[in-house]
Amino acid sequence: MPAFPAAARAALADSQLRRNLAHATGTIRAKRAAVVAEVDEWEELRLAGAAIKDNTLRHLDEHLLTLEAALQERGATVHWARDAAQACEIVAGIAKNHHVDEVVKVKSMATQEIGLNEALAEQGITAWETDLAELIVQLGDDLPSHILVPAIHRNRAEIREVFRRRMAAAGRPAPDDLTDEPAELAGAARLHLREKFLRAKMAVSGANFAVADTGTLVVVESEGNGRMCLTLPEVLVSVVGIEKVVPTWFDLDVFLQLLPRSSTGERMNPYTSTWSGITPGDGPQEMHVVLLDNGRTRALADSVGRQALRCIRCSACLNVCPVYERTGGHAYGSVYPGPIGAILNPLLKGVGVDEQTDSLPYASSLCGACFEACPVRIDIPEVLVHLRSQVVDAHRGGAPKPEAVAMKSAAWVLSDARRLTFAERGMGAAGKALNRFGRAVLPGGRRAVRRLPWPASLWTGARDLPAPPAESFRAWWRRTGRR
Amino acid sequence: MKVAVLVTCINDTMFPDTGKAVFRLLRRLGVDADFPEAQTCCGQPMVNTGYLDEAVPVVRAFTDAFAGYDYIVTPSGSCAGSARHQHSLVARRAGEPRLAETGPKVYELSEFLVDVLGVTDVDAYFPHRVTYHPTCHSLRMLGVGDKPLQLLRAVRGLDLVELPAAEECCGFGGTFAVKNADTSTAMGADKARHVRDTGAEVLVAGDNSCLLHIGGLLSRERSGVRVLHLADVLASTEEDA
Ligand code: SF4
Repeated sequence: MPAFPAAARAALADSQLRRNLAHATGTIRAKRAAVVAEVDEWEELRLAGAAIKDNTLRHLDEHLLTLEAALQERGATVHWARDAAQACEIVAGIAKNHHVDEVVKVKSMATQEIGLNEALAEQGITAWETDLAELIVQLGDDLPSHILVPAIHRNRAEIREVFRRRMAAAGRPAPDDLTDEPAELAGAARLHLREKFLRAKMAVSGANFAVADTGTLVVVESEGNGRMCLTLPEVLVSVVGIEKVVPTWFDLDVFLQLLPRSSTGERMNPYTSTWSGITPGDGPQEMHVVLLDNGRTRALADSVGRQALRCIRCSACLNVCPVYERTGGHAYGSVYPGPIGAILNPLLKGVGVDEQTDSLPYASSLCGACFEACPVRIDIPEVLVHLRSQVVDAHRGGAPKPEAVAMKSAAWVLSDARRLTFAERGMGAAGKALNRFGRAVLPGGRRAVRRLPWPASLWTGARDLPAPPAESFRAWWRRTGRR
Repeated sequence: MKVAVLVTCINDTMFPDTGKAVFRLLRRLGVDADFPEAQTCCGQPMVNTGYLDEAVPVVRAFTDAFAGYDYIVTPSGSCAGSARHQHSLVARRAGEPRLAETGPKVYELSEFLVDVLGVTDVDAYFPHRVTYHPTCHSLRMLGVGDKPLQLLRAVRGLDLVELPAAEECCGFGGTFAVKNADTSTAMGADKARHVRDTGAEVLVAGDNSCLLHIGGLLSRERSGVRVLHLADVLASTEEDA
């Protein structure tokens, strides 16, 4: 995956993609704003959400042990996975024990994070996504580009094409006369999926929350397909990030208010499924929970960055982010795109290791819209700046990059007024020359530069630059004897 | 009340007229403000790009220059925000708590006028059709709210038109403008389009850095729209017209 600026350039050139994204994010943004405005105590709810998560994270070890004990008591098997490979191995092992070669899946970010579908495929096990948007992405051999709406970058006509060309190879084919009407597309998906729900022996899910004291897993969704997976198969495996734990049902209450309004702009999720262990003769008769670390304890150890573990994956920050709106999710090179992806990936993986991860904290103008929208008050701009300093520090020593040289010289000039005065004299001379020869004139009469060589071309590629004034402010102040 | 003006490095070197306008305006309102000549920069370019060690001597120079003032006024929401919220980061890095002490005394111009001086009508005259862009740091880091608009509405002759999608970032973002130049200009192009849609002659904002970016795009598009800092508008009088 290329670093963000290069990937973004490719995405920006796709005008269809930009139209789809602007339309979709604009629609969800307006819906969210309207339902959030209905709640008088929204700010108190946000504070409560943040506080519950922070308190839980502070004693994460204890809450996880409580969760484990409660799950076991109700007949579930608990597994601990240090990283992606270990988690995938555990899930594949369970599938093999039951001799299944296909599983149905509830939409889950954790299983995407660990690349579970690909890992299962290597073992000859096919994993079918049952969320409508995930199905579109899977059939289209595409990558998700949004946490909540993975196919946000696709329009209706494109979805119809994907269904017509690819459904047959994956099971029940799309009807011949399929149009791009949303109801018809959904109908085709429903019939296609129903066949798989009824056949599958094993299902894989994630969890939005895990309530420690009762050993309850929670999944919220809009379509009900997840509920089919959670109830029909004999074996249910849930891969759960260790930060998903909440101590009690009272805590859950806060998040079930924050999440739907922030994510889909609904007052309540159409489907909220909760399950605790096994009930003989009803639902899955074998239940496994894989508690996943995969970099979470690393993030927890970062005193500024740990707030990212409060994230409830609502995707509000994506929908308000002006950078995401223009580049889409693929440019972030990760299942977690947008502002949260820009901090979560470096926190989970560590910085200074690869260029792509190191480019993510810079994929933001620091406008702060994400912080304003986040239901659990993650100060994403603060974490971005903090991670930028980690990236810079990781590259200290060794041959300095041009940027480091530029920053060091700028800091040298800017840490002493005499040096700055001297630099301004040089700029003033350049300004005088430009005033004589500069071609462009800005409204108001000031001369401007149209084209400069690299690296200044990064600015003048698209923007005119006013010529520096002949006299700086401080020179004027001295000359006119204002001091 | 001892008042200093933080002109900011970008205004000092690129937009000296804005610095002059702040002094003209404050004098008209009876405030005798200083320009501490030892001032340079708030350190934001280094902090926001991740160069915290490099920011330390810059913030030290800032702290030395402004020590002893009750209020520090600046025609920049961004630099006010940086001083108030980021100097503590630098102080921690340097192990020098005093580097965090001056930041909280920094006020963005509209905040100083409305909250400290208690004026919204500064007796200005500017007979033009104007639209206003609330820069992100004024809007979100400082929360200046509609103070700049209150001030603009009181300007005689000024025809204020609403900017569509005003609260969306223009895409400048300091070094973001060059590190992610393509995304930055895509965002700026949308902002410039909204500005053109208003039919305003002048785009006003509280940060010349954002205006440098939007103005650069508007000029490249030969839109004819002029960009001007809030201070320049508020300092204008009948004699200037
Ligand atoms: S960071 Fe906040 S806004 Fe973004 S997905 Fe997570 S909870 Fe939602």
